[in-house]
Amino acid sequence: MTAAQYQLSDAGRFGAAALRRVGTYLLPFVAVAAVWQFASLFFPPFLFPSLVDVFWRFIGIVTDWAQFSDVIATVLRILAGLAGAFVIGALLAVLMAQSRAAHDFLSPVLTLFQGIPALSWVVFAIIWFHGIEPRIFFIMVMTTLPAFSFQILGALQAMSRDLVEMVMSFRPSRIKLFRSMIIPAVLPDILTAWKVNLGNASRVVVVAELVGATGGVGYELLQQQQVFDMAGALAWTLQLVFFVLIVQAILTLIERIAFRYRAVSERSL
Amino acid sequence: MTSNDSTEMVIRLDGVSKSFGKPGLAGAYLAVDKLDLQVAQRQMLALLGKTGCGKSTIFNMIAGLTEPTEGRVTVDGRNPFREFDAFRGRMAIVFQNDRLLPWRTAIQNVELGLEILEKTSEERRAMAQRWLETLGLRGHEDDYPHALSGGMRQRVSIARAFATNANILLCDEPFSALDEMTGRRLRTEFVKLVKENGKTAVFITHSINEALEIGDRIVVLKRPANIAIDIPLTPAASQESKEAIRSQIQHVLAA
Repeated sequence: MTAAQYQLSDAGRFGAAALRRVGTYLLPFVAVAAVWQFASLFFPPFLFPSLVDVFWRFIGIVTDWAQFSDVIATVLRILAGLAGAFVIGALLAVLMAQSRAAHDFLSPVLTLFQGIPALSWVVFAIIWFHGIEPRIFFIMVMTTLPAFSFQILGALQAMSRDLVEMVMSFRPSRIKLFRSMIIPAVLPDILTAWKVNLGNASRVVVVAELVGATGGVGYELLQQQQVFDMAGALAWTLQLVFFVLIVQAILTLIERIAFRYRAVSERSL
Repeated sequence: MTSNDSTEMVIRLDGVSKSFGKPGLAGAYLAVDKLDLQVAQRQMLALLGKTGCGKSTIFNMIAGLTEPTEGRVTVDGRNPFREFDAFRGRMAIVFQNDRLLPWRTAIQNVELGLEILEKTSEERRAMAQRWLETLGLRGHEDDYPHALSGGMRQRVSIARAFATNANILLCDEPFSALDEMTGRRLRTEFVKLVKENGKTAVFITHSINEALEIGDRIVVLKRPANIAIDIPLTPAASQESKEAIRSQIQHVLAA
């Protein structure tokens, strides 16, 4: 075989492997879609609408700014809520990691918050706040704050003492200690926390909008429910699902770039 | 004290004791007992003792990572625990295991201390490159720690300590985790570098051979840590005198 032939066969192998990966990834989605489409043949459209109808409704939302702005509003609410919860959660986690007293005080409070159902926070927010955006921001922060705090606290507590001691032996300033040791050490857990909370937030935001908003995906879902429009309900739901999938893919990409230093074992778990 | 008192003492421990836990309670113990120890400038002190004799406690007190319960520790006339930041760039540590940051490449690990000293990126790169080359790691600058062997990783950690140009080096059994051949080769290189660069070094070990190879002076500790014997060594010491010292140390350690 010549070098060119080797290169071609390498390219072929790479292409086949990439196709196999895409196929493996898509297979579960195709299977679910096929079951749904099959069901649509035997049930009325208000129960199982055809996926073709759902597709056109989906495209209709994306191409109509009046409707798509509702999707954007929901996405911004999720991101703002997560960012707020992350910042407050990170500060609380650092405080708890530094002070035993702060830990003993804050930990039960956060556990208590964790036990309060999302719907209760929605009710509290409606009573306490007048504006829609403060209400939804409050709900998003309160429902995702404990998870962020505990996940970041866990990451801080699991940091290698040996590595911290090594960095401390150079006598870094507090900012340098954070930049060179603490942030890189807790980054994997922060990204995992974002991934987990993203799914939770996308569920909570719909409930918050359903009850306490006059726009957004949750509000639109309420409209579809009132007219028994299953195709519309699915199309609006898919907007949110695609948003979550896109952000998850971005987070995975960041992980791949940021954690390329990790050794990869040839034998998987 | 067998070292020359007229020489400037860089490290001083005066009547230092360190205990852990509350006296009288279960688990409380005395790790260091009224220790007086001085280390002269450019001296290479091998601190030898059995496991659990308090070597690492002494090491942590000199490094300013822990404070004595009694007595006074001074380095360059200052308290390394209370004036922790004052020793930035003046003291470097080589640990028992390499303690490389896994998210940094070899050269980025060497640059760590220089970043903390706020050197420019050009200075950092040049200095780190020079020390990696000195320690035989040219071509491995961009390798992550997991891609390096144990010996190579420990070389990177030595380069990291030397790169800051600190006057005082504290070494906590840095070659004990390596195989004998690699350990011996690195030890020889290390002694050469310490001497060439005029460092003051405290080298903790539990190996008599290592102490004999490295030290200008060997202090053998009893438990709780206090000086059992303090032996000055000259580079020209004959094999016979080294053997005599070895059996003297073995006798003390066996007691």
